[in-house]
Order: sequence, then structure tokens, then C-alpha cells
Amino acid sequence: MMDLNVQVNQKENPFLSEVAQASGEKIQACYQCQKCSAGCPVAYAMDILPNQILRRIQYNHREKVLTSKTIWICASCYTCSVRCPNNIDIAKIMDTLRSLALRSGAEPGEKDIPVFHSVFLDTIKSKGRIHELSLIIQLKSKTKDFLKDAGLGWKMFRKGKIKLLPSRFGGGKEIQEIFNEFEKGARR
Amino acid sequence: MKEISYYPGCSLHGTAREYDDSIRGVSKLLDIQLYELEDWTCCGASSAHCTDEELAIELAARNLAIAEKNDRELLVPCVACYSRFKAVEKEVKEHSKKVHFPYRGNIPIRYSLDFFCDGPILEEIKKKRVKPLSGLKVACYYGCLTVRPPKVTGIREYENPQHMDRLMKLLGADSVPWSYKTDCCGASLVMTRTDIVRRLSGKLLSMAKEVEADCLVTGCPMCHANLDTRQEELEKETGEKYNLPILYFTELIGLALGHRDVKKWFNRHITDPIKILSAKGLM
Repeated sequence: MMDLNVQVNQKENPFLSEVAQASGEKIQACYQCQKCSAGCPVAYAMDILPNQILRRIQYNHREKVLTSKTIWICASCYTCSVRCPNNIDIAKIMDTLRSLALRSGAEPGEKDIPVFHSVFLDTIKSKGRIHELSLIIQLKSKTKDFLKDAGLGWKMFRKGKIKLLPSRFGGGKEIQEIFNEFEKGARR
Repeated sequence: MKEISYYPGCSLHGTAREYDDSIRGVSKLLDIQLYELEDWTCCGASSAHCTDEELAIELAARNLAIAEKNDRELLVPCVACYSRFKAVEKEVKEHSKKVHFPYRGNIPIRYSLDFFCDGPILEEIKKKRVKPLSGLKVACYYGCLTVRPPKVTGIREYENPQHMDRLMKLLGADSVPWSYKTDCCGASLVMTRTDIVRRLSGKLLSMAKEVEADCLVTGCPMCHANLDTRQEELEKETGEKYNLPILYFTELIGLALGHRDVKKWFNRHITDPIKILSAKGLM
């Protein structure tokens, strides 16, 4: 149960300032109408509803928010963002929260989703483009779920939807440079 | 002859090959010359913007810089790539964001559905239509990023868009009204929380069946994959029979224009569209 007597004050709330600054969104403007959660197609799978995420940010509940399932379950469909009467881009705040969560080193509330994103980015880094088969093999080597969708994969292969080898092209080197600079922190 | 740059994106070189083939085929019939961007790379997709906004901007900007050098309008068939490109365009143009690659936001970036729904192109389609899709009941599925967020897409009717419906009517099809036009299919959660995608996609398929659509039409390779490939799995789970082909809008333009490769495109689908199209006398 949240303490409703806590004052919402940005000056004494480092988490609110941090998220507001990184996202550029006015989180204080949320007055809990719950329209975001009512329209969210994946709310049923979340542990903290979108409106509650905003409230918890207002209450400086950093760890609770950054270790929630919600921030990873959000599918970035932007339904909440377009319906918010206070024009808060909630989907964008979810992006901010995900990157803060990764940088905080906190245990993520969903195991496989952050792994997927990291494998996806590794595939871009090494190949420049997403080669779906390489992506799937990499992901499976991390999640150890080798049987999942194996039958479907075979069906798709027979339909000519699975390309066996990545394309050959020349843009890959520049991509590696972008990643290397980001990893060194040079472009932040 | 109209000349434009073309960024296919990763999916169209893999699971969405029929979308790529049908765009190229239809463009040729409509006198549009596509120039694939040289050495294009991944736009960064969900994984980049979900985890590192700055990296996401650079990955997209590299492609936009190539397109700007060629100084042609840029056609983007994957709505996820399109959404990323438009977000970066907005950052650069409206918020004076500095990017590493020489990109200033000077070329129009067009999503394929919006592009083919433009007045002059619709006129051209109308002129060249040889086989009206009479008797075909289609449910137009726009999905999320085609319309949202409107500050990025510029679509005004984002809760009840009509442009694909208008295109379908022009092709001679009957576009049925339904309430899930812009509901989410679960998108990239398919690789990790397939249960969520099954639930969301199942809801869409059931509703399309309820309004008695013969097929569902989309312009998003991710929605297509989620809806096309998991029907058998869903049938086992729910006992409901779907058998609902998911078509790219460009495939239907191709069918109406009498493109000779339509069968090749349709053969790549997991849920077979040929049976129902033949039954309607369209193939």
C-alpha cells in the first residue's frame, strides 16, 4: 500500500527528476485518471499498471519501478500516449525506464526480454543487418529454449522465409564503429 | 516515371520477402522506379530505442544520411523502421539534435501505405486496374505504428483510420467495419513472451472472423508474421478455427493490377490465401 500522504515534490525526488529529465516528459502532470491502463493491451500481464508506474515515480520508488515486469512487457504500441489527457508520452517514459534499469544493474523483472534486446543489438553490431536465423540461434543459446517454435521454423524454411546466410554488403564496418564509440562512452 | 529511394529493412530480406517482391512488382506496373539504398543497415528497431535512445538515433541516422545524399524521397515499407526514421527526423528538425552522420532532415520519408494512398498514385491504380477484387471482404488492420503516435506519423484519424479502407474499395474489395483496426498484435514480444502475442493476435483473428472478413490486410511485416504464422497453434489452444489469410496491401494491389507473380507471393504465406481467392474467382 502506497502512503498517500507523501508529498509530490520534484526537488526532493531524485527519481522523478531523473526520469523527467531523461524523457523530457511532465510526469507531475499525471492525475491518475487511469486511461492509460484501461486502454493498455498488455496491462493484464503487468505487475504494476502504467498509471501506478507514474505514481511510483512521483513517490520516488526507484527500485520498485526499475525491477518491475511492466517496463519490459510494454510493447510500445503508444495507445496510452495518444489517450493521455495530460499529453504525457507514457510509452516514451517506458523507453527511459528500460535504459535506466539496464544501467542501474538491477535484476530485471522479466528475464528473457532484456536478453532478446541485447542479442538483437549484438546481431546488428556483428552483421550490420538483422539476419533472422543468426538472431534466433543466438537467442536460443542464451535462453536454452531450443525446442520453442522449432516446428514453425521448419515450416517457414520450407516456404522460403528463412534466409540461410546473411547478406553481404559494405555498411557493417561503420556500424561497428558506432557501437564501439558507444561502448567507450564517447558519444554520450 | 517517378524515381524514389527504397529502404527495404531487414524483415523484407527475410520473413517478409513477399512484401518486398510485391512492392517491387507493383511499383514497376505503376511506373515508379525504386533505388535501393546502397549499403543500408538495420534501423535499430525496438531493441535500440527500448534500451539506448542515443544509439537508436545514430543507427537510423546512418541510413537517412545515405538517402539524403541521393536526394530522393525515401520509401519505407516496414512501419517499425518508418517509425524510427520519423522519430529521428523530428529530433533533428524540431529539436536541432546533432547526429554523427550528415543528415539534416531534408528528404520526405514515406511509409509505403501512405505513399500508395496518395491521390496521384490512387488515380494510376484506378486506371491500371484490370481485375476488381469484387466479392472479397477484407478487414483493414493498421496496427500501432502506422498511425501512432500521430506527432510522428501525422495521421489525423489515428483512432479510426480510413486510408487503407479507401484503397481497398478502390481495388473493388469490400472493406468491413471492425473495431480492432489499430489494436496491438504483441509485436517483438513474439520471441520472448509468445503467450502475449498469441493472446493479442488471437483476439484480432477472432474479431475478424466475427465480422466475416475473408482476409486481413496489413502493411507491417511484424504484424503479418504474428498473425499469419500462429493460427494453427492458436487453433489447438482455443479450439476456434481461423484459417484467415493475412495479406500485404501491396499483394492485393498486385492482384487487382493483374501482376503475373501474385501466386509466387501467396505461396510464401503460412496460412494459404490461394484457396479463398480462387473460390472468389480472383485467381
